[in-house]
Amino acid sequence: MATLTVEVVSPEKRVFSGEATMVSARTLDGDIGILPDHISLLGVLVPGVVTVKAADGTTSDFDMTGGFISVNKNRVSILGEQAQA
Amino acid sequence: MGAQLRIYRRRMRSVKATKKITRAMELISASRIVKAQQRVAASSPYSNELTNAVSAVANHSNTVHPLTFAAINPKRAAVLIITADRGMAGAYSNAAIKEGDLLISNLRGRGLEVDAYLVGRKAINFYRFRNREIANSWSGFSDNPTFENAREVSENLITAFLTDSGENKNGVDELHIIYTQFKSMITQLPVGDQLLPLAKSENHDAEQAAGDHKVMAMYEFESSAEGVLNALLPRYVEARVFNAMLQSAASEHAARRRAMKSATDNADELIKSLTRLANAARQAEITQEISEIVGGADALASASAGSE
Repeated sequence: MATLTVEVVSPEKRVFSGEATMVSARTLDGDIGILPDHISLLGVLVPGVVTVKAADGTTSDFDMTGGFISVNKNRVSILGEQAQA
Repeated sequence: MGAQLRIYRRRMRSVKATKKITRAMELISASRIVKAQQRVAASSPYSNELTNAVSAVANHSNTVHPLTFAAINPKRAAVLIITADRGMAGAYSNAAIKEGDLLISNLRGRGLEVDAYLVGRKAINFYRFRNREIANSWSGFSDNPTFENAREVSENLITAFLTDSGENKNGVDELHIIYTQFKSMITQLPVGDQLLPLAKSENHDAEQAAGDHKVMAMYEFESSAEGVLNALLPRYVEARVFNAMLQSAASEHAARRRAMKSATDNADELIKSLTRLANAARQAEITQEISEIVGGADALASASAGSE
């Protein structure tokens, strides 16, 4: 199965980078879950938790104070204003 | 000790003291370049991802938004010039200011009025001394900028950009930024970039980097294209300004290191030539003393011979 290439970045540094099977985040319209082969998407994040389920089975949570999520061809970038693991 | 010799020795002492200072500054800058470079590298993923996101919306929505659409009849432009707070960095600040002058005269040539936004005491002093108008200025963080600094500067720029230039004198239609690009340890280049509205070529590059146009065509916006653009605009400006500040900081350290290295080398040269001069003065003194003694003894001998 295809996996997602996920990057979580904050203005000062890259917080997370790796393969994942699922990403969930909270946008203006509500919670969304991203699985492989998702349609291209650009969303505005509201304060909340972004969860990345990595390909090796571990789960990482990131506290977001806002930002963006962009999905394009199995590449997910999460741009946080202040992303913290 | 003769007067001439004393003067040379004094000058050598002063040059040696200066050399110690410039040497220390060189070492300090050299150690800071690495850190500054790492910060540039650490901030670029965010900046790149954001630029990709912006061009994605710009290319896949028909929303009319100030971020992507140039004003039909632009009246004013803002130019942000990033320089150093302190000197001792060779031509670093001056090069950026000159690049700024070039851009400003270009903009004036297009019939635009120009508002100057300055970062760094060097630019502020340059403008004050020439009685030029400054729209806003910031200083005190040029060698180690934080994201908060970038945010403060950006907020002012965005406010000016979103203000209608026709009705309000503070409003601008274009945002330009002058910073010093850090190419390598030995090459730093002052460059001018248009931040807003998005320059067309940049869109095009990002599009090519993103790959096939047809695959990109389907895009979903959460909540709406306009909402996303509204949220993106300030972040985009912040990220670009922050990146420019970090690159400028790295360039400043590199320029200072180079300037201080040549100052140290020059001090070495000076000490060498002063040592030669001091040696010559010492020898001349000895020669003079010998000839005085010999001359004195001669005179004494001939005087006593004459009296007999």
